[in-house]
Amino acid sequence: MKHELFEILQFGIYSASILLILIGLYAALTKRSLIKIVIGLSIIDAGIHLLLVAIGYINMGTAPIFSPGYEDAAATMVDPVPQALVLTAIVIGFAVTAVALSLVIRLYRHHHTLEIDEIKNLKW
Amino acid sequence: MKKFIVILMLAVLGYYLGTTFYSLGFGDARFEHGVKDYYLENTVSQLNVANTITSIIVSFRGFDTLGEVTVLFLAATALGGILYKKRHHIGDRSVLFPASSIVRSGSKLLFPAVILLGVYVFIHGHLSPGGGFQGGTIVATGFLLMLLAYQDFTVSHHILSFVESFAGIFFVAIGLLGFINGGTFLQNFMPVGTLNDLFSGGVIPIIYILVGFKVAAELTGLIYTVLNEKD
Repeated sequence: MKHELFEILQFGIYSASILLILIGLYAALTKRSLIKIVIGLSIIDAGIHLLLVAIGYINMGTAPIFSPGYEDAAATMVDPVPQALVLTAIVIGFAVTAVALSLVIRLYRHHHTLEIDEIKNLKW
Repeated sequence: MKKFIVILMLAVLGYYLGTTFYSLGFGDARFEHGVKDYYLENTVSQLNVANTITSIIVSFRGFDTLGEVTVLFLAATALGGILYKKRHHIGDRSVLFPASSIVRSGSKLLFPAVILLGVYVFIHGHLSPGGGFQGGTIVATGFLLMLLAYQDFTVSHHILSFVESFAGIFFVAIGLLGFINGGTFLQNFMPVGTLNDLFSGGVIPIIYILVGFKVAAELTGLIYTVLNEKD
């Protein structure tokens, strides 16, 4: 029962998540400000989460919750495993962002700048 | 020049990612009998939990959640260690401008409602979308609101670390009780009740409430540490 709209959705959701990953990578590779690099890393995170949840989708599936009225709907439920994985990944991504931002604060306190070009002793 | 190389590299990466995932297909049932079917069958028959994701996170993969909570704890500890300052260097919170009276009265009004929503989300984690991590984050958002609105609003680090360590200890203790009663770590040893009841699912709601308290305490402490950071 695949129709036109579904094809568009399929193309759109994969390309949106891949675009998010690429935007994040671009920011992390070319930007000079440390804050912008951390923002880029979080955007990569968001893209990967969207991609993982999209992989687990099953055509015309419902949420994997046996709420009243859906007790026998196990056959039409979407894959719960990527969703549980993404819940873990969100928490880990949050922890990574928090530690990265604290390192940025520490660097700013020491060098009084956020531009990585001006932090000379990081070069190798 | 450098940007051009980066864009070229990302275009190649994007092309290969796109073709890979597009050929993988979207919305197909890929497995005849995979892990998914095991979880979907046993969530109701073994545990009587409505939310399959909660049953995976807290029961089937409960040990992973213990590791996840540990990672969050380590991140909070590392942040406190990195931003450590001697006590007499701690000044007032750095604010660009004080909050207006509308913000202050509004957040005083909203604060109990936000806390109530967070508690609701983590108590009903086994019945509806949500759970300990989400509910704990909502509770921490309420504290963030108060910290932004009132410059003299403080939270006690002693109470936060007390709540956090007791939640962690009880999590491990419940896991060990399963070890004693059922045979494996974090195995369910309580009656599971009926589906879609608040008191159902054995130890799953208890563990998720503990996780909610732990996450709320950790995130509040984290926000408080960063907000008190002053150059």
